[in-house]
Amino acid sequence: MKSNLINRKIFTLLKVQYSNMLEYRVEIALWAISGIIPFFMLNIWTNNNLNESINISNVMLSRYFLCAFFVRQFSVVWVVFSFEEDSLMGKVSPYLIQPLNPFFRYFAQHLAEQITRFPFALIIAFFFFIINPESIWIPNLVIFILSILSTFLSFLIQFLIQSIVACLCFWTEKASSIERLLFIPTLFLSGLLAPVVSFPAYVKSWIYLTPFPYLIDFPANLLSGNETNIAGGLSMQILWIFLLLPLFKKIWSEGTKKYTAMGS
Amino acid sequence: MVQNIIDVSNLSKSFDIASKEPGLKGTIKHFFRRQTKSLKVIKDISFEIKEGEIVGFLGANGAGKTTILKMLCGLIYPSEGSIMVSGDLPFRRKENFLKNITLIMGQKQQLIWDLPPIESFYLNASIYDIDKFEAKRRIKKLSEMLEIDEELFIPVRKLSLGQRMKSELLAALIHEPNILFLDEPTLGLDINAQRNLRKFLQKYNENTNATICLTSHYMKDITSLCKRVICVHEGSISYDGKLDLLLKKLSPVKEILIVCRSEEDAIKLENSGFTVKNKIKNEITIKIENNFITSSLKTILNNFDIEDLFINEPPIDEIIGRVLIKKDYEI
Repeated sequence: MKSNLINRKIFTLLKVQYSNMLEYRVEIALWAISGIIPFFMLNIWTNNNLNESINISNVMLSRYFLCAFFVRQFSVVWVVFSFEEDSLMGKVSPYLIQPLNPFFRYFAQHLAEQITRFPFALIIAFFFFIINPESIWIPNLVIFILSILSTFLSFLIQFLIQSIVACLCFWTEKASSIERLLFIPTLFLSGLLAPVVSFPAYVKSWIYLTPFPYLIDFPANLLSGNETNIAGGLSMQILWIFLLLPLFKKIWSEGTKKYTAMGS
Repeated sequence: MVQNIIDVSNLSKSFDIASKEPGLKGTIKHFFRRQTKSLKVIKDISFEIKEGEIVGFLGANGAGKTTILKMLCGLIYPSEGSIMVSGDLPFRRKENFLKNITLIMGQKQQLIWDLPPIESFYLNASIYDIDKFEAKRRIKKLSEMLEIDEELFIPVRKLSLGQRMKSELLAALIHEPNILFLDEPTLGLDINAQRNLRKFLQKYNENTNATICLTSHYMKDITSLCKRVICVHEGSISYDGKLDLLLKKLSPVKEILIVCRSEEDAIKLENSGFTVKNKIKNEITIKIENNFITSSLKTILNNFDIEDLFINEPPIDEIIGRVLIKKDYEI
C-alpha cells in the first residue's frame, strides 16, 4: 500500500516535471549540444596520436568519448543552482511544509530533463556515426543494461554530492561557489577530458579512491567495451551512494533548523 | 468545551544579522572580519488559539507577524519557548502534522509557472496521498467555491493576479487542512477579488471549522473575518483579545452629523450641552459617547426639528494604526 503511494507520487512528479520540461525543449536541445566537449577531446587525442601512449585504438577511443558524451548527457546535475535560487528567493518555503522532501522535486526535474534530452542526444550520436562509421558497434544486452544502471548510479552520486553542497545554503548564501571548487576535479578526474587509464599509475591509485572516476570513466568504459572491472566499479558506485545518502540526510536535517525563510 | 489547537508559550526567535559600516573602509573590514549581531525579533510571547477560531495578527512592517506564522507552521525553528500546534511540535515537520496545515503567502507561489494550475493540483494531491477520484471531487468543489473554471487549464504565467491567488488557494487547500496560516493573502488584489477571497475563507471556516491565522495590512480583511486580533509590536504582543473591544476602547465616541430644518434649530442644539465638533449653517456635528448614543438621539429627535442625521464610525485604519505604534493595550 505504502509503496503504491510512493510510486504514485514519483510517477505524478515525473509526469508533471516532464510536461514542464517539454515547455523548454529548445533550451534542452541547446544544452544537449553544449555537452559535446568529449568530441573536442577526441579530436585532440586522435590528431596528436595520444591514444598510442595508452594502448587504445582510434576506434575504441572514439567509442569511449561517444559513451562519455552519453553518460554525461544522462548524469548532468544542476540541483545546487536551482536550490540556491529557490532558497534565497523563499520559493522553497511552500515545499518545506509539504509531506515530501523538496529534493524529490529536483530529482524528478532532472529525470524529466534527461527523458526530454534523449532524442537530441540520439541525433547527435547519429551524426557522430556518419562522420565516424568505423565506430559503429552494438554492445551486448547485459553490458548495455549494466551501463544504463551504472549511468543512473553515476547520476545518483552526482545528485547526492550536489544536494549536500546545496544544503550548505542554509549556512552560506552562495553554496554554488563551493560547487565550483568541485567542478575542477570532476572535469579532470571523471574521465570527461581523458580516460583515467591515461594518468600515471600512482595518481590512478588515488583517483580510484574518490567518487570521480565512477561518474563518467567507469560507465563510459563499460558501455564502449573497453577493459574494466565491472563488479569493482559497480560496487564502488553503490558504496559512494551509501556513504553520501546518510551524510545528505544529516546535513538536511541540521540545515532546515537554520532555515530563515528569506524572501518570504 | 472547545480545545486549544495552538499553544504558544514564552516563544522567542533571534536571527544573526551581519552588520557592515558604510564605505570602502567598511567593506574591506567586513571582508576580513565579518561582524554579526543577534537580533531578537520575537520576544517571549505566549497565546492560545482555539479550534475553529479566526485570529488576525496585526502589526507594522517588521513587527514579527510573519515570523510568528512561520514558526507556527514549522517553517523556521524557534530560538526559545515552546509551540504546540494540533498536538505536534511544528518544526519536526511530521507527515501527519504537515497534512493538517497549510501556509499561503500572498507574495509567494507554489504553482508551476509554465503549466496550467490543474497540473499542480494533481501533483499536490499525490503528495498528500489523495487518490485521483477524490482529488477530482475536491478540485471541483473548491473551484466552484472559488468561482474558477477555465483558468484551471491556462498556464499560470498567463493568469491575472486574482486568478493566480485563487489557484494558489485551491492548491493549498486540496488536502483539506484544519489549520490555515495566511500571510497577506489579499496582497495586490483588486477590491472585488479581495471581497471574494474573504467570502471564500469565511465559507471555508463555516463548512470545515478550520482554524485560520491571518496577517493582513488591509483592515477590511481583519474586520470581516476576525473576531479576535493579536497585535504585535516590535516582537511582543501589545494586545490579544476581541476586535470590537479594542475598537470600543480606542474609539469611545461616535460622531453624529445632524441636519436641522433651520439654522435656529442648529444654534439651539449647539447650546444644549452636547460636545460640538463643528457647525456649518444648519449642519452640526456632535460627539457622543458610545454608551449614550440611544438616549442622546432620543432627546435630540424629541426636542429639535431634524431633517436628517448620519452616524459616522471613525475610520478603522486610523484606530488600528494607533495600536500598531503603541506598546501595550490593557482592556
